[in-house]
Amino acid sequence: MCLAIPGRIVELISGPNEVGVVEVTGVRRKVQLGLLADDMPVVGDWVLIHVGFAMSKISERDAAEQMHLLSMLGETEQAMEEVRGYGLGERASDDIGHHEAPTRPN
Amino acid sequence: MRFKDTQIEMSHGAGGKASRKLVEGLFAPLLLTDAAQMLSDAARVEMGGTAIAFTTDSFVVRPLRFPGGSIGELAVNGTVNDLAVSGAKASAMVVTFILEEGLASTVLEAEVRAMSAALKRAGVSMVGGDTKVVERGKADGMYITTAGIGIPMRGVHVDARTVRPGDKILISGPFGDHGITILLARQDLDLEADLVSDTRSVLPMVEAIAAEAATGIRWMRDPTRGGVATALNELARDCGLAVELNEEEIPIHDAVRGACELLGLDPLHIANEGQFLAVVSAEYADAALNAVRMTDGGDEAQIIGQIREQPAGAVVVNTRYRGTRIVEMLVGDPLPRIC
Amino acid sequence: MRYVDEFRDPDLITKASDEIRRLANPSRHYRIMEVCGGHTHAIYRFGLKDILPENIELIHGPGCPVCVLPMGRIDDGLAIAKAPNRIFTAFGDMMRVPGAHGSPLEDKARGTDVRIVYSPADALEIARKNPEKEVMFFAIGFETTAPSTALTLMSAMSQGIDNFSVFCNHVTIVPAIRAILDSPDMRLDGFIGPGHVSTVIGCRPNQWIASVEGKPVVTSGFEPLDLLQSIVMLLRQLDAGEAKVENQYKRVVPWEGNRAALKVMAEVFELRPYFEWRGLGFISQSALRIREKYAAWDAERRYSVPETRVADPKSAQCGEVLKGVLKPAQCKLFGKECTPEHPIGALMVSSEGSCAAFYNYEYRKSQLTSISAMA
Ligand code: SF4
Repeated sequence: MCLAIPGRIVELISGPNEVGVVEVTGVRRKVQLGLLADDMPVVGDWVLIHVGFAMSKISERDAAEQMHLLSMLGETEQAMEEVRGYGLGERASDDIGHHEAPTRPN
Repeated sequence: MRFKDTQIEMSHGAGGKASRKLVEGLFAPLLLTDAAQMLSDAARVEMGGTAIAFTTDSFVVRPLRFPGGSIGELAVNGTVNDLAVSGAKASAMVVTFILEEGLASTVLEAEVRAMSAALKRAGVSMVGGDTKVVERGKADGMYITTAGIGIPMRGVHVDARTVRPGDKILISGPFGDHGITILLARQDLDLEADLVSDTRSVLPMVEAIAAEAATGIRWMRDPTRGGVATALNELARDCGLAVELNEEEIPIHDAVRGACELLGLDPLHIANEGQFLAVVSAEYADAALNAVRMTDGGDEAQIIGQIREQPAGAVVVNTRYRGTRIVEMLVGDPLPRIC
Repeated sequence: MRYVDEFRDPDLITKASDEIRRLANPSRHYRIMEVCGGHTHAIYRFGLKDILPENIELIHGPGCPVCVLPMGRIDDGLAIAKAPNRIFTAFGDMMRVPGAHGSPLEDKARGTDVRIVYSPADALEIARKNPEKEVMFFAIGFETTAPSTALTLMSAMSQGIDNFSVFCNHVTIVPAIRAILDSPDMRLDGFIGPGHVSTVIGCRPNQWIASVEGKPVVTSGFEPLDLLQSIVMLLRQLDAGEAKVENQYKRVVPWEGNRAALKVMAEVFELRPYFEWRGLGFISQSALRIREKYAAWDAERRYSVPETRVADPKSAQCGEVLKGVLKPAQCKLFGKECTPEHPIGALMVSSEGSCAAFYNYEYRKSQLTSISAMA
């Protein structure tokens, strides 16, 4: 649902409507910025575009943080394995009980 | 299977499944003497002991001129290319113009000049033609049909049934440029990009392979309407094997990718006018690739995949992430989606 | 492509899928629903199923606005457009969707002026350029798309473009999730929550899924790494016995959503008391209609609507598949009567629909392999 894709604002067009030009890897299109009225983007900002409307500003900081979390996957785990090696921190799930496997064939 | 659709829709001309149904369900059974001819872009006919290749193609495009080309140039290159990928060098051509009442003569002249230049480049002679004019509103300015004959290149045999597991799939360059350029040039979508159509004659590149690796060539096709996906699905079906593509090796220009991401299209379904696909036996693959890359405009050629035994009849893409997906033939025209 | 390519990085994908394997309890079977059709599409497009462990089962949710649209609405829209001097505009997604009397493209072949638009703003532009015609925009979509339609209607009013109207089929996602969770045969462990819908409504509307139903929800992006990371987050919650709403898609989705968009939506739309969802039946307060103030641009008020009702064949099991009770291939019609070229049920209609996605990317793969294995 709702195909949306990041683009960079390369131009703001003055006029009755809030309109800007975004670029997506070499493709440019006019987009309506009216839905970002509370926090108007400026040239250079990245926005998420859906059906020709900018829906939200993309946060560079959150993206960087997410990449960081992703790159840490497994590594933190290694550290935990080591801790577990000392016989500490049992996994919390063990006392929750497991869900039944579904009876329907898959 | 008999053709049962109740009316003709745009999809019947889009080169995908619907077109195939029309050809196989109506035209071929009633009109073709040899059903095997259907499998290639040009027919082989024996005349007085000499084999010639024979083909025809019609051109309807809106707008008539677009970045990188125009209908006149397409009309010549299209027929030259159909002959080339069936392993023949175009030698003579005839043309039919269907002109709309009110068409500006300057527009017509520009197209005739474009054709003349393309003919010279391809080394083909135009030997005849016909003109019809229809009432205003009955055609998009002009339609052009060309038909051409060509002389088979020595030692080149194009036949899907000779394709074997392990053969390599070669493409002459990045694809999707033409289809996306036309889509943008129509301006319905209000998109702009620095993209030009790839329309050109592929004959020099095909000749280069024929010179270096003729015996290695199994199959060729120019992936026009319906795109690479449709051409390769037809191959998979005709040879009864699997066509496997490696996503990482598929060449696509950034702007084509951007437009496709934006519009929810698959570049594999987008039309091309100046590229060709070839299946080459593994031992000739490097030679064929080098030959194309050494030819003018062939420097972005790539080996994009290989033939496998399974899953027979399908085109499979190995994604970058160790996953696979099946690529279907196009159903109808590619439509931009928002979902 | 920035903000796209880095989230398709093969090395990180390997890392994330290793982490999923490590986290997934081998003696447990996980049933996770991805709400959006866009998620479904991405899962197939990137072949993510192949890299997930077998005991993680992804159930495709109701988030495809094309699939859940009752057939009769298409017939109604096309019936209005048939009158002389009218132009029917819609997104490309709608063009091949059959009503009882054919799809928009088939009607185009029969003479209706049907045009594909990329944006509701483009439909308004067509109206501006063709003052002698009446232009109707056939609006579909969840809360992601509704604000764009709303803003377009506001422009139509402020610019006095009177030959424009909207046939509104906008729906809201939360009531549909509720309907699915209410179904007695439902067994789910967690949700990959709506992504782009949440840019508008934020993450809060999903809170009840966690607090009342006790299921974890992770608002997720659409790139392979987004989906894998969301699964990691869900597994961690399940592992820890937690059920909260988390936001994996922070770079795009603000926790509170988009206030300006919500305001525009509230200005133009109000809730319908009930609306029919194909495959799910009538769901109360699950769709939007145009407010009285904008009546002049409301196609349903402006024209007489035949109110066509078309029942899906009884043998179509779309409802069960939508709820995740049946897998697409378990429907009796799947791959036989019902295929993407000849869709019988809702979920085969759009490439986002779970039956169509499964058919295009998975089913043929398995079918072809088994056929060639037999040969
Ligand atoms: S196969 Fe067709 S009828 Fe069956 S559930 Fe899927 S869409 Fe519905």
